[in-house]
Amino acid sequence: MNSDNFSPHRCLRVFALLLCALFAWPAVAQNGVDFARQAVQIAMTGEPRNLNSIRATDQLSIFYLEHVKEGLLRKNARNELVGGVAERWEMEGTHAKFWLRRNAMWSDGKPVTAHDFVFAWRQVVNPEVAAEYASIMYPVKNAEAINAGKMPLEALGVRAIDDYTLEVELEAPTGYFLALTSFMIYYPVREDFYKAQNGRYFADVENMIFNGPFKITRWVHGASLRMEKNPTYWDADSVTLNVIDTPYMTPDSKARFNLFKDGKLAVENGLQGLEAEELRDALANRMRIHSHSDGTVFYVEFNHRPGRVTGNTNLRKAMQAVFDSQELVYKVIGIAGYIPGRSLFPVYMNGVNDKFRIEYPVPQPELNLEKARQHLELAKQELGVDEIPPLAILCDDREIAILQAQYFQALFKRTLGLDIKVDSQTFKQRLDKSQNGNFDLILTGWGPDYEDPMTFGDLFASWNVNNKGRYSSPVYDSFVRTAQGTSDQQIRMDAMGRMQTHLIEEAVILPSYERVANVVQDPRLVGVMFKQTGASMVLTYARVVE
Amino acid sequence: MLSYILKRLGIGVFTIWFIATATFTAMHMVPGDPLSNERGTNEIIRANLERQYGLDKPVFQQYLLYMGNMLKGDFGIAFSEENRSVNDIIREHFPVSATLGLLSLLFATAGGVLWGALAALYRNRLPDAVLMFLVILGISVPSFVFAALSQLLILNLNQWAGRSILPVAGWGDFRSMLVPALVLGMSTMAFMTRLMRSSMLEVANTDYIRTARAKGLSPTRIFFRHQLRNAILPVITVLGPAIAIITTGGFVVESVFAIPGLGRYFVQAVAQLDYTVIMGTTVFFGAFLVLVVIAVDILYGFIDPRIRLGAV
Amino acid sequence: MSLNTPEFSASDFAPAPNLVAAERIVRPSLSYWQDAWLRLKKNRRALCSLYIVIALLLFTLLGPVIWRQDPALQDLDAISQGPTLGTRAIVVEDPGNWEGVRGEPAPLPPGGTLGAPTLRVEGIATTQYVRLVWSMVPGAQQYLIYRNDHAPESDQDLGLPLGTTLSPDELSFEDRLQLRPQRYWYTVIASDGVEEAAEHTTIEVSPQRAITVSQARERELDDTVGATVDLPAHPFGTDYLGRDLLARLMEGARVSLFIGIVAPLLFVLVGVIYGGISGYFGGNVDIVMMRVADFVIALPFLLFMILFRISFGIGPGESGIFPMLLALVLLRWPDTARLVRGQVLQLRGEAYVQAARVLGAQPGYLIFRHLLPNTMGPILVTLTFAIPMAIFTEAFLSFIGMGVSPPTPSWGSMSNEGIRTMLSSPHELLFPSIFISVTVLAFNMLGDGLRDALDSRMRSRE
Repeated sequence: MNSDNFSPHRCLRVFALLLCALFAWPAVAQNGVDFARQAVQIAMTGEPRNLNSIRATDQLSIFYLEHVKEGLLRKNARNELVGGVAERWEMEGTHAKFWLRRNAMWSDGKPVTAHDFVFAWRQVVNPEVAAEYASIMYPVKNAEAINAGKMPLEALGVRAIDDYTLEVELEAPTGYFLALTSFMIYYPVREDFYKAQNGRYFADVENMIFNGPFKITRWVHGASLRMEKNPTYWDADSVTLNVIDTPYMTPDSKARFNLFKDGKLAVENGLQGLEAEELRDALANRMRIHSHSDGTVFYVEFNHRPGRVTGNTNLRKAMQAVFDSQELVYKVIGIAGYIPGRSLFPVYMNGVNDKFRIEYPVPQPELNLEKARQHLELAKQELGVDEIPPLAILCDDREIAILQAQYFQALFKRTLGLDIKVDSQTFKQRLDKSQNGNFDLILTGWGPDYEDPMTFGDLFASWNVNNKGRYSSPVYDSFVRTAQGTSDQQIRMDAMGRMQTHLIEEAVILPSYERVANVVQDPRLVGVMFKQTGASMVLTYARVVE
Repeated sequence: MLSYILKRLGIGVFTIWFIATATFTAMHMVPGDPLSNERGTNEIIRANLERQYGLDKPVFQQYLLYMGNMLKGDFGIAFSEENRSVNDIIREHFPVSATLGLLSLLFATAGGVLWGALAALYRNRLPDAVLMFLVILGISVPSFVFAALSQLLILNLNQWAGRSILPVAGWGDFRSMLVPALVLGMSTMAFMTRLMRSSMLEVANTDYIRTARAKGLSPTRIFFRHQLRNAILPVITVLGPAIAIITTGGFVVESVFAIPGLGRYFVQAVAQLDYTVIMGTTVFFGAFLVLVVIAVDILYGFIDPRIRLGAV
Repeated sequence: MSLNTPEFSASDFAPAPNLVAAERIVRPSLSYWQDAWLRLKKNRRALCSLYIVIALLLFTLLGPVIWRQDPALQDLDAISQGPTLGTRAIVVEDPGNWEGVRGEPAPLPPGGTLGAPTLRVEGIATTQYVRLVWSMVPGAQQYLIYRNDHAPESDQDLGLPLGTTLSPDELSFEDRLQLRPQRYWYTVIASDGVEEAAEHTTIEVSPQRAITVSQARERELDDTVGATVDLPAHPFGTDYLGRDLLARLMEGARVSLFIGIVAPLLFVLVGVIYGGISGYFGGNVDIVMMRVADFVIALPFLLFMILFRISFGIGPGESGIFPMLLALVLLRWPDTARLVRGQVLQLRGEAYVQAARVLGAQPGYLIFRHLLPNTMGPILVTLTFAIPMAIFTEAFLSFIGMGVSPPTPSWGSMSNEGIRTMLSSPHELLFPSIFISVTVLAFNMLGDGLRDALDSRMRSRE
């Protein structure tokens, strides 16, 4: 048709003009670091699930809580345990006493008192509150009985002698109790404020009160969270940053990394570490990569429940003799810095005087296909079968897990002729299957709750609820009891050294790797602290330089 | 008219009940439970949690309780974010999804009409071929590929320009909505372009256009007054289904561009088996769609007098 | 006016000859389907799409017969390799036999600072391992090893932190981290446990492509150390576990096309039966049946796909194809049902159907003989358009991790895996998404063509 008078070109021109007008708008987005304001921006995978320190469980909540609240003790910039709200303390056997600082304040100007601790700790074990991490309070006297509803709250072994003196009774001597008091569920909570919130404590900015280095000033759910320096914090002088803003929350790590490349973030993936592809990208863009152990150890756990073929030691040893964790880490996973697994106890854990792993070297099982096949034959005889039935390997639905499951499937098929079925499940379905024992092998891992090898060691005690494979060995249990019954470091570490050897010699697990977090950060941001327990990244002592 | 609307609304209520029941059934068929967590809990803590969430009651009682609360407009407390009610979550995040959806619908419709008209205008010439090729791309490339590529494109654009021309991700001002909305609306736009093009060509062959041309009206006038106006009608009729697709189909875009919309919440809730959030979002989306469909049907009655309401 | 009487002869009143010849059909008679086929053949785009569809089916069914690589075979030395037509490699000893080098650590001399070690490669550098050995630095508690794939431009640009030695007497490091035959720059820095030394040493290393003795033995290649062997070609490259992408695409095609074709066939079938019955009987049956269909239509599609995916559950070793089929059928049948019901309602009033009914035809006969065949056109068109929808749905679900279960490949899950390595190995995203796009496109255009050919009323005038 004829179109001489009609000009689509004019339309296009108007459209182009509109676009130009759009881009001419001032950019509102801030940059990752701001020297003048001492402000930084970070991104998170999502929303903190619950900032109420009594009930919090997830990594994101732990991250924010460590910045806005403080317990009796805390970690300083060098990751050492120092006084927080407590100025000094005494600990002897089952008895501990803390003297609180007079200048520790809540953000409304009222002092932090011993009563705030008593109230908080009682709430943690209160059956009606139903705190998931209540078991971390169990070292305190009567905590378990109270949690089971068998004793009144007042029976808890914690007492405020006066406003500034706190006395704690423990169930048994617990060497790491002091470290526990820096964990969030041990944080103080002020009773009058808590009750005034009507169950919405820390649900929104107006329901919050802080005693830590920062305070939350704005929280748009699912979108952004902003922390600003807390002027009433007793040690505010040692805090340089004024603002820690989280303007981006997305589970898409690619998106977060792109934001970092675009200069919108001060640090990326402080909580989880970069993936292999992001590392390649970072390398190509000449970024400095920082690497830190994040504390988590990953391993293949066998199902030891009665009736499972994986309960057979020879079958497990056959698999152990063909599995090379170096191949898994270096070739399949391919993330720089991951340490091939050799033991349940990670390399950074301290023993008596030196690193635990230097004092107690791990026995190294031999990689030997012939021996593996002999073990397999023995296993078949012992089990009375001609063929080992297909084994299910349970894992979650993240790509790194699926990758490993497929590797194990091919490995055991190729070397031992075993039929392995991959069972990749979403989060809750995997938990359900692992708790009900619907698996033969499970890809799993454990992050430390406190800085003592015991946080790993007691995992395979027959009574531990986190013993997914229900491994039950009187020998192993006796090692755990020995280590738990004393505060003598030498005896404890010796017992744990024996646990380590036992786990490998009986092939209870196949250690696969120790994770590190590879992180990229703006070169102007210095002093970021990374640690293995609690929040893996802490910005309290960070600052922006020119 | 009023009785028609009332009847439709009555059926709508039943439909929402059906959606709620279907969701409840499907959800409780899922193995696992919302209270389990990576760190195992002992029986004491476990029992305390179950009591707190009312999961210790029989399933049918839970169903009745839930339906009762839903009638009161209360979707309960989220399992994964214990301090927030599902109503809050919907109230805070649905507007984001809706804004994104409406914007992309706007893009899709405006783009579809514009490109479709242009393609028809330049029928079988170069612009037509180029546009049709783009349309083909729009309907045949998966949205997650589009989203990832466009984010990469913005990033390179910013690096090339040396400043932030468009935000790579995030939500807030109009500039951050621009690309996600375009990506989300892409396939709808492609679909509408095709529809518009064929509708334009169809109208061009009608008697009234021939008459108008014979009368000696200017081509511009014919194009705008007669051809465009009549050709748009079929495009409008697909708006209803398009709203449905766009407002619930935003998971990918929301996750790639860090947008706090409701779609992302739903996917997370499913992985977390967060009963109340799954129920809340599904029922809400279902109700929303039912209402949109009713509203669109009624609107058609006004736009196109040929359609008679009441003949369901 | 006079009447003009025409003149008649007797022959005018003879019976007309039986002109059978005039009634003879000169051109061949065309059935509805023949006519449609002719029209489709004239449509170049539709024909082209048809050829693509046939090619895809051949690729899926015959491909594995021609391209005989095992799609599940993992070659951990060829992870995420780009397209190659075969490479050569040398055979080297297995790793793990190397003891490493240890040396007695010395304390830092008073007033001294940590220096830089001298660094060398032990043996030849291969893609199996690069063995670094360095000299002891007095005062060092540990050494940090970095690797870069370009020459470091500054202290800030040392590359990947490969690791840290555990004890001060370790003076060597074996790098096995996904080595490729390219140049690398290794840097070793001494550290006193807190601070890193100011100086460091960097060397450039170019590993040769190699496989180990045991790998050579497993693949039945020459297994003498130092021998050169040929490695298989991967015309489409390999994936994140070193599996041949072409073979995976063929296996993935079976999953994607199976879901893409069988699911629509099933739900269209359900829809046809349901809609046919509802439309034929009409009245209250129709009202009730259509109300049920309306309920199902009102379910938010993607939300319920996700919900069904987890409620049906996938057991160990299962691919998850069946639950996805079931979910698609459960949610998608009402569209066809409505369409068919509308058509049947309309056809029911047609004269030939009424005639058949008057002649005493049974309902079954009417439905299957008259009503359904005449709705075949729109049904076929719906089916063609449902295929791209099903393929997209599968891809989308795979993207959010709710698709088929690994290790089963599908184009959707493959492009989802590829999207993560989009920058470093684009072929992993490119090939599967091209297959998705081409398939979706072909079925869409075929649908267009069919619609034009089958139904003149629905024909878009192009």
